[in-house]
Amino acid sequence: MRDYAVYFFTLVIGVSVFYVFNAIGTQASYLELENDTRNIIELLKSMLSGVSVFVAIVLGLLIVYASRFLMKRRNREFALYLMLGMGKFKISSILLIETLIIGICSLFVGLMIGIGLSQIMSVFVANLFEADMTEYQFTLSEEAIWKTVMYFALMYVIVMIWNTLVISHFKLIDLMQSGKKSERIKLKNPWLCVLIFLFAVGLLSYAYYQVGWKYRDLNQQKITIYICFGCISTFLIFWSVSGMLLRVIMSMKSVYYKGLNSFTFRQISSKINTMVFSMMVICLMLFVTICTLSSAFSIRNSMNATIVENCPADCEIYFSYADEEKLAYLQSVDLEKIYSDSGKTLTENFREWVHFSTYSDENLTFGTSCGEELKTIQKNYPFLIYDTPEEIIGLNDYNKLMRLYGKEELSLDEGEFIVLCDFKSMAEVRNSLLQKGKTLNIFGHELKSKYDDCQDGFVDLSSQHINAGIYVVPDSILEKNYASRDYLIGNYDAENKEEKQAIEQEVCSAYEEVFQHWADQHPELSVLREINTKIDIASASVGLGAVITFIGMYIGLVFLIACGAMLALKELSESVDSISRYEMLRRIGAEEKDLSKSLFQQTGIFFLLPLILACIHSVFGMKFASTFLEIFGTEKMSESIFMTVSILLLIYGGYFLITYFCSKHIIKNKQ
Amino acid sequence: MALLSIQQIEKYYGNRSSLTKAIDDISFSVEKSEFVAIMGASGSGKTTLLNCISTIDSVTAGHIFLNETDITRLKGKQLNAFRRDKLGFIFQDFNLLDTLTAYENIALALSIQKKSASEIDSSVRVVAQQLGITEVLRKYPYQMSGGQKQRVASARAIITKPELILADEPTGALDSRSAKMLLERFNYLNQTIEATIIMVTHDSFTASYAGRVLFIKDGKIFHEIRKGNDSRKEFFDKIIDVVTLLGGDAGDTL
Repeated sequence: MRDYAVYFFTLVIGVSVFYVFNAIGTQASYLELENDTRNIIELLKSMLSGVSVFVAIVLGLLIVYASRFLMKRRNREFALYLMLGMGKFKISSILLIETLIIGICSLFVGLMIGIGLSQIMSVFVANLFEADMTEYQFTLSEEAIWKTVMYFALMYVIVMIWNTLVISHFKLIDLMQSGKKSERIKLKNPWLCVLIFLFAVGLLSYAYYQVGWKYRDLNQQKITIYICFGCISTFLIFWSVSGMLLRVIMSMKSVYYKGLNSFTFRQISSKINTMVFSMMVICLMLFVTICTLSSAFSIRNSMNATIVENCPADCEIYFSYADEEKLAYLQSVDLEKIYSDSGKTLTENFREWVHFSTYSDENLTFGTSCGEELKTIQKNYPFLIYDTPEEIIGLNDYNKLMRLYGKEELSLDEGEFIVLCDFKSMAEVRNSLLQKGKTLNIFGHELKSKYDDCQDGFVDLSSQHINAGIYVVPDSILEKNYASRDYLIGNYDAENKEEKQAIEQEVCSAYEEVFQHWADQHPELSVLREINTKIDIASASVGLGAVITFIGMYIGLVFLIACGAMLALKELSESVDSISRYEMLRRIGAEEKDLSKSLFQQTGIFFLLPLILACIHSVFGMKFASTFLEIFGTEKMSESIFMTVSILLLIYGGYFLITYFCSKHIIKNKQ
Repeated sequence: MALLSIQQIEKYYGNRSSLTKAIDDISFSVEKSEFVAIMGASGSGKTTLLNCISTIDSVTAGHIFLNETDITRLKGKQLNAFRRDKLGFIFQDFNLLDTLTAYENIALALSIQKKSASEIDSSVRVVAQQLGITEVLRKYPYQMSGGQKQRVASARAIITKPELILADEPTGALDSRSAKMLLERFNYLNQTIEATIIMVTHDSFTASYAGRVLFIKDGKIFHEIRKGNDSRKEFFDKIIDVVTLLGGDAGDTL
């Protein structure tokens, strides 16, 4: 019965998590939100429903696993039915009705809990989207309810079909003997274990090395291979470690023959031996959970932090002279001219601004700046773009911009240049070049780098560290006809959020009007133009952060529940099987305290082992992931890891405690 | 003073409407280094009696003294300690841990008493020698015959040098050859290391190895015979006579 409690508990959690995440879309529609955020919510909804299919598959597999597991435990009961002359069809229908009842109950209870939890969730949603929650509303998502019911009904139908199939393959003699068979202990050859363990560790380290340090050579195919390596070595480690650990402890006689230790370790070893494959699956799921949760939190946390840093002005408008043939004409106009053509003033509504150009030299590309190193760099980093001219800015303009941004200004002597770059992995490549101290030819002048590494800095407004490289050069070498882009970056003439929003609307509509008018007049010109505003960037990044957080939490929670449930079911059924063993230990005089201790050790090691390996995996997995997370900033990594650990402790630890106390109750003296 | 003294114990099961007297006023005592067999039909209360002596079950009334300690008054930790230090158990279904080797099963009884590893090793070797199971020490229960398993269980029971060894149908699951071998070992233990053994059985042949046989019927002591200077064969015939006397259900007892 207690097994069923865990099964039911898991179903209920599954249903409620499923409902909570699918209800987010409906909840968000009750919130007062800006239009951009609405789009994000649409995106979130479609992503969540996509992920839901995947989640449903995971939960479905878990349910099939659990029900198969529970079926096995009832073999003797089925044998009795068959002996009494009940047909297999009748047994199938008993199970069918049982599944139906459990299904309906769990759906009902799960939905109730889900609806309750989703009220808490809506506060969280509002917080994430920075909407105000002054008017609280009780929300109930019919859509999500239907979806949950449909998905779970489908899962239960699959379980029913599965059960019927299993029953039709029963053999009476196997069923009757199922409980009586005593376990056959085969000690694996210790040398083979050590050999396989070393092999697995080697394979794993190789995969870690490739993924963690040589990530620049990776491609889709290689990643797949390394993931396979990881899975295989995880399997082999679990296969070998149980045998090996036991051998090691057995050789330490004073430990092994102390109290109930010999019993405890044998139990653990046999448990792990019988579920090497499940252990691997659990370990990998934990690994995915840790990585998704901490990446998701890290992205969200860093996004909010970096936006302040990377978006220090309200608005940026630029257009670039993309048309080679009309270059001369384009260079004769600038933003101001285009605006005045439509009878508008560019800087209307702005309190402070910088209007400047950036330049480019078609002889200065990333490729040419590499010089002789080009071939080796190209081999190491095949994905970089080598032949686009680099963006160049004059020192004076840059410093003016920095005064607007409130950041540090730079100084430069004639014959010198500075490279600005805040995208870490790109900066590493550039640093290696700058250290060589080579001179570069820019607009016909030989320039030397002032520093032997890149400086932190950027020109464009953005939400992340994505400046891959800009050259700052002395103004003396710049000429009007080198210009390639015209920029206006400034702050609105506004005091508060409402005013800013009002001005932003004006600025944006003026921008659209002006360029429409201009394009009508010059249909032969193709120009690249863009307007970026802080409000836009912020809401996009908040929205993106929210989407990532939700998806990460969704997958993470479901995986954690699945892991916990698998371990708990196995452990509890083991406890039921071991009742007679504990009874015997009691008869030969083992103390209750020692029995509890042994049980605690067993449960603890059983839960810890996959977690430890998963943590080791995650260290390297996160190292790999952090190269991608860099663009979002990795400053808040420790905070994210802390949050991940808390969630992990809460759910996984919760499953552990429930399992331990239930097991303790199972083996309790019945007298 | 006897080692074990049982005074007017009673054990009732059930409730007021349907009361079963499993043990109805039994008294007897066992001297040190005695080998006592308790015989009776199924349901006569012999296993209940053994369970009460072993503190696995509690009595409804009466007292049981082992070395002047009233074991019916022991509770919780004291009970565990009592079982651990004073008693040794041998069961019909061996009750070996199937995940441990024979050696570890035997060693477990000592490691629970918190003995050191070296002490354990030497003790295990000695009892294994006494019971003739040295060559199966490294095997698991599923690799052993029933007789070997029962001797391993016996080794586990005697290794702690208990004051009293309690055996519940020890030959019940054994073929006659293994049973004979086990009983000879019991005799050997009884005579050489002066182990006190109380054995419950319904098999006259098994009982004939004991020095004294108590017959129980419907929760009461029905008869008692001693071997004295008889040979085992003569004693066996005497037991058969009593069993026949026990009544119409003699068929059950054979």
